[in-house]
Amino acid sequence: MSEAARSIPLTVNGTTVRVAPGTTIAAAVLLAGDATRVSVSGEPRGPLCGMGICFECRVTIDGVPHQRSCQIICSSGIRVMTDEVLKGSGGTGTP
Amino acid sequence: MTAAADVVIVGAGIVGAACARECASRGLTTIVVDAAGVGSGATAAGMGHIVVMDDSPMQLALTVYSQKLWREISAELPGDVEFEACGTLWVAGDDEEMDEVRRKRALYTSVGVDSEILDSQALAEAEPRLRRPLSGALLVSSDAVLYPPCAAGYLMREAVRMGARMLAPQRILSAGIGRVQLENGTELHAARIVNACGVDAARLLPGLPIRKRRGHLVITDRYPGFVRHQLVELGYLKSAHFLTTDSVAFNVQPRRTGQLLIGSSREYGAENSGVNHALLAAMVARAQAYLPEIGELQATRIWTGFRAATPDKLPLIGPWLEDGTLFLATGHEGLGITTSLATAKLLASAMLGEEAEIPAEPYLPARFLHEEGGTGLGQQVDAPERSHV
Repeated sequence: MSEAARSIPLTVNGTTVRVAPGTTIAAAVLLAGDATRVSVSGEPRGPLCGMGICFECRVTIDGVPHQRSCQIICSSGIRVMTDEVLKGSGGTGTP
Repeated sequence: MTAAADVVIVGAGIVGAACARECASRGLTTIVVDAAGVGSGATAAGMGHIVVMDDSPMQLALTVYSQKLWREISAELPGDVEFEACGTLWVAGDDEEMDEVRRKRALYTSVGVDSEILDSQALAEAEPRLRRPLSGALLVSSDAVLYPPCAAGYLMREAVRMGARMLAPQRILSAGIGRVQLENGTELHAARIVNACGVDAARLLPGLPIRKRRGHLVITDRYPGFVRHQLVELGYLKSAHFLTTDSVAFNVQPRRTGQLLIGSSREYGAENSGVNHALLAAMVARAQAYLPEIGELQATRIWTGFRAATPDKLPLIGPWLEDGTLFLATGHEGLGITTSLATAKLLASAMLGEEAEIPAEPYLPARFLHEEGGTGLGQQVDAPERSHV
């Protein structure tokens, strides 16, 4: 894909990522090189089913926790946070 | 096969497990049988609130005693029990309910339970997600929450460590007159048999005054810090509940995981485990009336369970006089997690002829034998009750 096609900017854990229209947030998180959620035992997790069933792709979008990133298309300017950052920074991951 | 023991306990819910631990610790050889496994009935369905309650002086005495017993062992509970001394906030919505807060505080103080009155501002600071304004609350800091199936598992492991044996899953055909018969042909002999089967107690002892009382719970995804205490409304003043009425109340519990348990409901006459969607909707709406943002959270599971309810809202603990070998430890309704440890103490004292730490009479099954007919079914008047647990 050409750089020009990546017309949608968003941030993943504070880093700006540009994606093509129609890209899921799960794909944007993968492009950023991050895991989606962190399991109870502390393991990083990523999208497994890709169809909204497994809940492994949950992230915090514009402050709303537990959003299934594989089911949501990126829109310009949204802020995505993952457990790695939310938990790693000593935060609770949720409001 | 035949086996013998000093005590055979039928039912391995939290009450049966607590009784097994207590019996084993007194040096009684103990066998526990259960149709499923440890903590699989009401124990697995309930919230796990260790709470002092005051619907009656007898209920108060039992819950105060048992809450103290839980605090005494809290340091030894393994991590999976998730014991959290978060306290209970009894939330008052108006001046009338604040009067109830003061009444409750005076009563709790008189029995040695510390509590603290929060005014409207202090409540808003303690629980910022509660609607504003509310009139205040009573904070009972010595109340706690835990995860009941793992608590029952711990008590059972302790019993086994002290020599008890566990037989499960084993369907029980009969229990009485010194003998417990299992479907697989095993016959267990004991001078003392304990029926700790919760709502199923009457299957083995027809005529027991126990009715199923269904409840619903919702559990959410993880939202750490959304609430910090177990929150219970004092709204019962507006709608005095009686045993025959379906009802809902605001009762929300924070789990150590960050999940929230949302309750509660009460229903008689519901025999199946399905969800009553109208009652569930009323229950969630009640929670939302106190925690306006709770509707934005994601629920992950909804389920029902059955409380073992007695007409006078007190459990049945002690000998069943019509059978000199049979003891009961059932009928705890919504307080079985709280009162399991006290039940075990009272039961062991009754078996060994010792005096218990609190008077045992209010909980003796014999109170239902005074009725004509002797089965307990003659008692028609249900005790009024205050709040849901």
